[in-house]
Amino acid sequence: MLELHSVTAGYDRRAPVFRDVSLTVGAGESVGLLGPSGCGKSTLARVAALLHRPDAGRVVLDGTEVRAWRHRAPRAQRTAVGVVFQQPRLSADPRLRLADLVAEPLRATGRRGEIPARLAELLPAVGLTDDLLGRRPHEVSDGQLQRACLARALVLRPRWLVCDEMTAMLDASTTAALVAAVESYRAETGAGLLAVGHDRVLLKRWCDRTVEWAGPNGAGEPVKALAGG
Amino acid sequence: MADTLRTTTRRRPRTAAPADATRRIRLWTSALVLGAVVLAVLLVPPLVRLDEQAVDLTRKLLPPSWDHPFGTDDVGRDLLLRCVYGLRVSLLVGLVAALAATVIGTAVGAAAGALGGRVDRFVMRIVDAFASVPHLLLGIFVVAMFRPGVWPVVVSVALTHWLSTARIVRSELLSLRSRPFVDAAVSGGASRWRIAVRHLLPAVLPQAGLAAVLMVPHAMWHESALSFLGLGLPSHQASLGNLVQGARSSLLAGDWWPTLFPGLFLIVPTLAVAGLAGVWRDRLNPRRRSELML
Repeated sequence: MLELHSVTAGYDRRAPVFRDVSLTVGAGESVGLLGPSGCGKSTLARVAALLHRPDAGRVVLDGTEVRAWRHRAPRAQRTAVGVVFQQPRLSADPRLRLADLVAEPLRATGRRGEIPARLAELLPAVGLTDDLLGRRPHEVSDGQLQRACLARALVLRPRWLVCDEMTAMLDASTTAALVAAVESYRAETGAGLLAVGHDRVLLKRWCDRTVEWAGPNGAGEPVKALAGG
Repeated sequence: MADTLRTTTRRRPRTAAPADATRRIRLWTSALVLGAVVLAVLLVPPLVRLDEQAVDLTRKLLPPSWDHPFGTDDVGRDLLLRCVYGLRVSLLVGLVAALAATVIGTAVGAAAGALGGRVDRFVMRIVDAFASVPHLLLGIFVVAMFRPGVWPVVVSVALTHWLSTARIVRSELLSLRSRPFVDAAVSGGASRWRIAVRHLLPAVLPQAGLAAVLMVPHAMWHESALSFLGLGLPSHQASLGNLVQGARSSLLAGDWWPTLFPGLFLIVPTLAVAGLAGVWRDRLNPRRRSELML
């Protein structure tokens, strides 16, 4: 279970982006989070991925309460959640070739030896051809780069996947391919999914259930502009 | 699972746009000039084996001729030889000082940018304090504490020129730190150290390197300025600043060569380095280039 209990988070303690939000994703479940832009979806996704420390509230991952965030979180805990961001250009280190980009988490966790085998099964699954692997991010399209970013999120076999507007920048066929890649990974491993987005049709078809987010705080506070939200 | 996407996109061919031609000319002239300068400075002293300090009062202030292509100075020393020796000292001071300044600046900027918060505020106030004093004045202060020589000048220039590198590295790191690719690395299990070494440092080093290259001529000019003011190298030692300083009196008498040639020796390598740095700066930003070349 990935549980968020009355979480308050934001970038300024005096004016949090959202207050008192609770959300639970069951084991193997896929939950779609819908909401208008600026309501705090991305911030919530970052909290769920242990990338942003909430101001208040608890996050419980498979029964263990999360006490530290970002690089302070135990490695096993933060690698249990894979993340795919909205903008592949910004979420890929421009210096790494695609093969290194995908393999980087394995290198960072000292599992170099698994790289060839893992890449061989993962790259066809996300639809990356061999000729793309030697290129750097600026030499491939957004869709190709997002495929690599999805592969990177899956390379450590996370038990949870957080997709923050993963398909917002992509065309319909790439969207379909990426969603299919995520679903086949989940079918194989039983991983849970939190998909954040504003594409109602897509999330309703993709996820077991969708959650509507009415507005910030539900208490009539002004909608705050969120960077990248 | 969706079938594998066959892609037909290929790398964009490197076409020679008109802008590329001028860039290439600039690159090659700069590289040739710098190569010649470096060769002269490295090879002339050991090969020629003439004493650049040999005084010959019967041949003082001779205008340029075949015997003395740059003429002689007011005590009859050959100016071509002294210019080469002077450039040698000035280049050495410039290189070492620029390297030291870049190392200091990168370390300070990296500490401020990577650690952030209180460390950042503290370090940047120190930078502001240094920057609030004119750096030539600060340099004079440092030089005045030691006996004249090469190393005090190097220390003085290095201690006054790390500020801009520190600022560049810090601001670059601050903007990099909040990029999603750092989030992705954290999520992929990377340690702080790994993120710094694998993702942040490689992104900052080209900028720091460019700053270092641009610093070399700047440091040379500072060495010359300090020597010109009589605070740098001992006055008998050939350095471009000392040469210009020594030529001041003869310039008033109408003897132009003792001023012109050391001046050219200062300006030409500076322009060459600036030319190279310009090409480098364009290459640092490939994205901007590819967008312009659509």
